[in-house]
Amino acid sequence: MQKEIIIAGFGGQGVLFGGQVLAYAAMDNGLNVTWIPSYGPEMRGGTANCTVVIADREIGSPLVKNPPLAVALNLPSFDKYEEMLAPGGTLVVNQSMVDRAPKRNDIHVIFVPCNEIAEEIGDRRLLNMTAVGALLTALPEIKLEDLEKALENHLPEKHKKLLPKNFEALKRGFVHAQKEWDKVPA
Amino acid sequence: MPKELWKGNEAIAEAAVRAGLEAYFGYPITPQTEILEYLSRRMPELGRAFVQAESELGAINMVYGAACTGARVMSSSSSPGVSLMMEGLSYIAGTEIPAVLVNVMRGGPGLGNIAPAQSDYNQAVRGGGHGDYPRIVLAPASVQEAIDLMALSFDLAEKYRMIAMMILDGSVGQMMEPAEMPAMREIRRRDYEWAVNGAMNRERRILTSIYLNPLDEEKTNLRLAERWNEVKTNEVRYKEYFLDDAKYVVVGFGTAGRVALSAVREARAHGVKVGLLRPITVSPFPYEALNQLTGQVEAFLVVEMNAGQMLDDVQLAVRGRVPVEFYGRPGGVVPFHDEILDEIRRLVSGPLAVSSNPRDSWLTRMYRNLKIAVP
Amino acid sequence: MTTDNLVYERPEAFTETPTHYCPGCTHGVAHRLVAEVLEEMGVVNKTVGVAPVGCSVFAYNYFDADFVEAPHGRAPAMATGIKRVLPDRVVFTYQGDGDLASIGMGEIVHAAARGENITVIFINNANYGMTGGQMAPTTLPGMKTTSSPNGRDVETQGYPIKVSEMLSTLDGVGYCVRRSLHDPKNIRLAKKAIRAAFETQMRGLGFSMVELLSTCPTNWGMTPVASMKFVAEHMVPAYPLGDYKVSDAVKQIKVQG
Repeated sequence: MQKEIIIAGFGGQGVLFGGQVLAYAAMDNGLNVTWIPSYGPEMRGGTANCTVVIADREIGSPLVKNPPLAVALNLPSFDKYEEMLAPGGTLVVNQSMVDRAPKRNDIHVIFVPCNEIAEEIGDRRLLNMTAVGALLTALPEIKLEDLEKALENHLPEKHKKLLPKNFEALKRGFVHAQKEWDKVPA
Repeated sequence: MPKELWKGNEAIAEAAVRAGLEAYFGYPITPQTEILEYLSRRMPELGRAFVQAESELGAINMVYGAACTGARVMSSSSSPGVSLMMEGLSYIAGTEIPAVLVNVMRGGPGLGNIAPAQSDYNQAVRGGGHGDYPRIVLAPASVQEAIDLMALSFDLAEKYRMIAMMILDGSVGQMMEPAEMPAMREIRRRDYEWAVNGAMNRERRILTSIYLNPLDEEKTNLRLAERWNEVKTNEVRYKEYFLDDAKYVVVGFGTAGRVALSAVREARAHGVKVGLLRPITVSPFPYEALNQLTGQVEAFLVVEMNAGQMLDDVQLAVRGRVPVEFYGRPGGVVPFHDEILDEIRRLVSGPLAVSSNPRDSWLTRMYRNLKIAVP
Repeated sequence: MTTDNLVYERPEAFTETPTHYCPGCTHGVAHRLVAEVLEEMGVVNKTVGVAPVGCSVFAYNYFDADFVEAPHGRAPAMATGIKRVLPDRVVFTYQGDGDLASIGMGEIVHAAARGENITVIFINNANYGMTGGQMAPTTLPGMKTTSSPNGRDVETQGYPIKVSEMLSTLDGVGYCVRRSLHDPKNIRLAKKAIRAAFETQMRGLGFSMVELLSTCPTNWGMTPVASMKFVAEHMVPAYPLGDYKVSDAVKQIKVQG
């Protein structure tokens, strides 16, 4: 088993942390995992992304050109990763930040209004967690509870008070995505 | 100890601490600054020495001074910074004292960029600094390997009174992977018979790299060469993947090696008998392992994140008996596995000739693949 | 020989190595003063010296103490490394003006700025001695050297650097003075300063440096006597002797002898 995931968006959207939560959950499940950011000037503003590879064997390349799974939190990322996604792959898109329909019909595009959901929960910074929650609908190796446990185990103590809201964001994203999948013709 | 998710650079810093690092001297440079930052907090916390030097020149000479006392010390830097350190490395080599340096390589020459590259292979392996000296160079491909090789670097440096350098590209430094940290080793300052620390109850000692009499310098050079023979005999390390029945072998170190692993696996899934040899010590280089493989394989493919540096060493091992082909992405570009897969397919479909310079055909392919005009 | 009329003997901190310095060169005097001070303080066996590149590259041959030999200009960085892992040892560098004020300017300034508890003996003889008398940062305006054959032209070759004045502006410096070695009275004053500098280090009061105006008769093309006179008449006016920085804490030190 090996799955590759790219999470992309603007700097400040929690792209890197979103990937780290997945990495923690994979590690806690006894899997191998790599998490690698695009580093450099884009660290501050601009477009940020990270690649997470999860496998049950030694991981070769930590980077992937055509991932089967991706999360696009803004329009530039949607444009880029819709093109790059492997056929049959799943792309979670932050509907709050895009204004167009998908172009490809050989991939699954799951729209999630991440910003709105996060604002409803009361913290806009949680938009990354709603997207990661949604992604789990296409990543059966990691369960919602795994992510919750990962947050609980690895979130710094001072952020622990944010746990319930993080859990809610993950769950709302997951549930929303499940409904989207139901709309996909079998 | 349970696994934790470690970022490469921070893992290296903590691994050094646990190996008994007594003092760190460094200067900020991307993509390794996390090592300096981590140790700026961690070392004082443990009552150990940390100095942010005025330059890489300053840093390496602080390492030189502290290493002369027999303390376990290190610095870390990235390509342009390491160039500045070459003076100090040469002196350290000439003085025959142990020192450890980490180079988190970036694209070059010049200021280059901060993206992952393996462009300093020749500088690390062939010398870089002036004079005739050997050095141990280790090339980790993962965070766990970087942790393990960090401790080994100190042990080897001290065992052979030699520079041990760890070279990794920026992606290993920036990557997070689950890894297990070794337990904290006690600091044990050994009173080496050469250490300069005040002539209490013993004859005074001098540590110098100057031998005005050429015959004395020659003796020193011979001694270094003899010690290097020991290193070559005892310390060659590499990892093999699918080599038992391999007809084709990919050779790559560090990140290029692990990207190649993905390509090799996919080729295997399509029935291609291809394997991978990933050198862990690039100095001493696994010449003998490659020599042995030469009897079994039809061709080698060298993959690097540079314009063909380790390629020379593979050619030295293979000695023209079978074709050696090359694929490189220099300048800070990490190859994707499908590029290497294409190269494996090219090898298999042949025909290949033994070429004295595989770089030429690689260059032609690069211009074609990148769709840019040959200047 | 009885000790009653003993006026001169080799300090115990010296080895029996015959000098390689030129006749009339004051390196020997400076070495001797350092040796005497270390001996009087009883710290020879806990001293680590750092020799430079230059005429005094072989300084380590003369001192009966542990020594390392630094790359050109890097002695303060090496001394930093040594002192940081051996804080209870006495660590000093011995550097010439090419070494300290030209190629090693970065290292000396930052060691001083960090307030490293090391002592620097700085020999200013206004030229590069070992390589045969080229212009140094300290060469006087108009002074002829092998690389300023018509005399140092400040328009194209710049002005001398006054190191003691410059370093004395740094807060990390505990003790920074300039002395001269051109006559017995000044030599006595120089020794007192060297003692004060090492006392500064012993008490952890920061960076200490003694700049010593020195001769280079061979490269200056002068007799030893003429070169002493040159120091008095030309070097001292250009590089005024004095205490450039003595921190309040260092002022409290009572130096015996």
